[in-house]
Amino acid sequence: MSDQKTVEETTTSEPAARGTVVVEVRDIGKRYGNIIALSDVSTQVKAGEVTCVLGDNGAGKSTFIKILAGAHQHSDGELLVDGEACTFSSPREALDAGIATVYQDLAVVPLMPVWRNFFLGSEIRTGVGPFKRLDIDAMKKITKDELAAMGIDLRDVEQPIGTLSGGERQCVAIARAVYFGARVLILDEPTAALGVKQSGVVLKYIAKARERGLGVVFITHNPHHAFPVGDRFMLLRRGKSIGDYPKSELTLEDLTSMMAGGAELESLAHELQSIMGEDSDVAAEMVAEAEST
Amino acid sequence: MATATPAVDERIAQTSTLTRLLKRPEIGALVAAIVLFAFFALTTDAFATASGASTWLRGASTIGIMAVAVALLMIGGEFDLSAGAITGFTGLVVGILTTEYGLNVWAAMLVSLALALLVGMINGILVMKTGLPSFIVTLGTFFVLQGIDLAGTKALIGQVAIQGMSNVPFYDSAKSVFGRTIQIGDLNLYVSVLWWIAVTVVATWILMRTRVGNWIFAVGGAQQSARQVGVPVFATKVGLFMGTAFAGWLVGMLLLFSTSTVQSNTGVGQEFIYIICAVVGGCLLTGGYGSAIGAALGALIYGMANQGIVYSGWDNNWLRAFLGAMLLGAVLLNEWVRKRAEAAR
Repeated sequence: MSDQKTVEETTTSEPAARGTVVVEVRDIGKRYGNIIALSDVSTQVKAGEVTCVLGDNGAGKSTFIKILAGAHQHSDGELLVDGEACTFSSPREALDAGIATVYQDLAVVPLMPVWRNFFLGSEIRTGVGPFKRLDIDAMKKITKDELAAMGIDLRDVEQPIGTLSGGERQCVAIARAVYFGARVLILDEPTAALGVKQSGVVLKYIAKARERGLGVVFITHNPHHAFPVGDRFMLLRRGKSIGDYPKSELTLEDLTSMMAGGAELESLAHELQSIMGEDSDVAAEMVAEAEST
Repeated sequence: MATATPAVDERIAQTSTLTRLLKRPEIGALVAAIVLFAFFALTTDAFATASGASTWLRGASTIGIMAVAVALLMIGGEFDLSAGAITGFTGLVVGILTTEYGLNVWAAMLVSLALALLVGMINGILVMKTGLPSFIVTLGTFFVLQGIDLAGTKALIGQVAIQGMSNVPFYDSAKSVFGRTIQIGDLNLYVSVLWWIAVTVVATWILMRTRVGNWIFAVGGAQQSARQVGVPVFATKVGLFMGTAFAGWLVGMLLLFSTSTVQSNTGVGQEFIYIICAVVGGCLLTGGYGSAIGAALGALIYGMANQGIVYSGWDNNWLRAFLGAMLLGAVLLNEWVRKRAEAAR
């Protein structure tokens, strides 16, 4: 890839060697007064690997991201970045440590061109004094190159970002985080609002980010999205970790059944069957899934 | 997926200059301005003459300066209803300080500028700190200013208009900057037209070529997103309100020194004209989209219609109906453009 060279030159921090642990949490927890939102969660994020955080709604996923992203501080356990214990007191601090979060709303301005969105808040300028102006050509070129390196080939970086599909927008947000020096990328349910095909596109870019040596934290409630790209799986239920496994110790079926809680799924499947009738597709599918585990 | 990035992408090579031009927000206003000029030039004798042009350009210029500032503010997602009253307020401050209290005219202008910027800052800080719609906040400052203009002037000088301005020392030096006319061939060009062009050029430069311009589009388009990526939302918006107030001061000076008087009701009722000009020029009422050149063209349309209706011998109250129709047409056009810009291709 001819673009790779320019990309490496412009990326502000070098990614750590593949496989080194960049971020580690040990028995981390968060209490709000007497409410325990998260407790005893341990996992690792390695450079060039994808750590999936799975859990149903209310399992503590958001609390977990917010601790990593610096929006909340943990009250128990340890957060280690490059082996050193630390606490982020603001999202800015997390960002300075190379941990970037791509939220579901993506922080883009729909009516602005792709390149203006890409550099919003961190514009490149040229010239001196009152004639300091945007270096438009450079920014357009970098945007195009960075997106190409992520495998997104845009017709025109001048088009409003609102004209891109949901998946593509997600990818621009990812590419932006990567360009501005992220070593660890936290993706908050990037596939939640997307259709099957768009989800596939985003998964491809997650794999791409991993290829480029980033550590990725992929938050999702869908084991079918997590399994193909994940290297490590951490499951949350009711604020507690119910397991932290490398991919070698797990099959998709294990993951699905743990996610839903095998027994729970089975009873739900039978309940659904009695409501919707034996021949309902959804019920049949769920029974099959429950029985296969 | 293609990995090579050719210098010119073959899929956009076909886009002609015309297609690109048609995507600009100000294109509707440009077409309307040309049509309007052609119409009045053909149907009336006085319109396309040098003295005719001098008159309608003058009318368009002061409205245009304000429309450009208001357009920037609207792109930033806010309104300023006090923008009209501030033009009268700044002129009155200078008039009263010089004629009644004998202050040096340049010093009075500085005092007036400081007060204007203060009003802009108050508008901005109130809007940002309270989270109230700027429509309401500036409606409040509009009425306060209007009251001060009318009652304050009467209380201080016992009249409703500034008199004896031209006898003030150094009046001529100020007039040479804000109130003179320049003879170009047959055309008697008011200096306010040059200020109008300068303000439009500077505003366009800021919007399209500077970091601040990027921030203005962003705070108007998606404030929360802008904040998340580190745009100084508060400073940008307060700056925009102060920019509008600065334009109000400039127009106040232009009115004062070209007519050597100012009325205590000057500018009142003009605030909606500015907004109409900005919208006709392609600004979205919801923010995040628009152009300074468009707003200047909107003001040109206003100026031409205002004078053209007089030259045509029609009742000049038709201007209002015309403006209303223009506004509705422009809003519908803008909405259509926005939907096309936002929708997936």
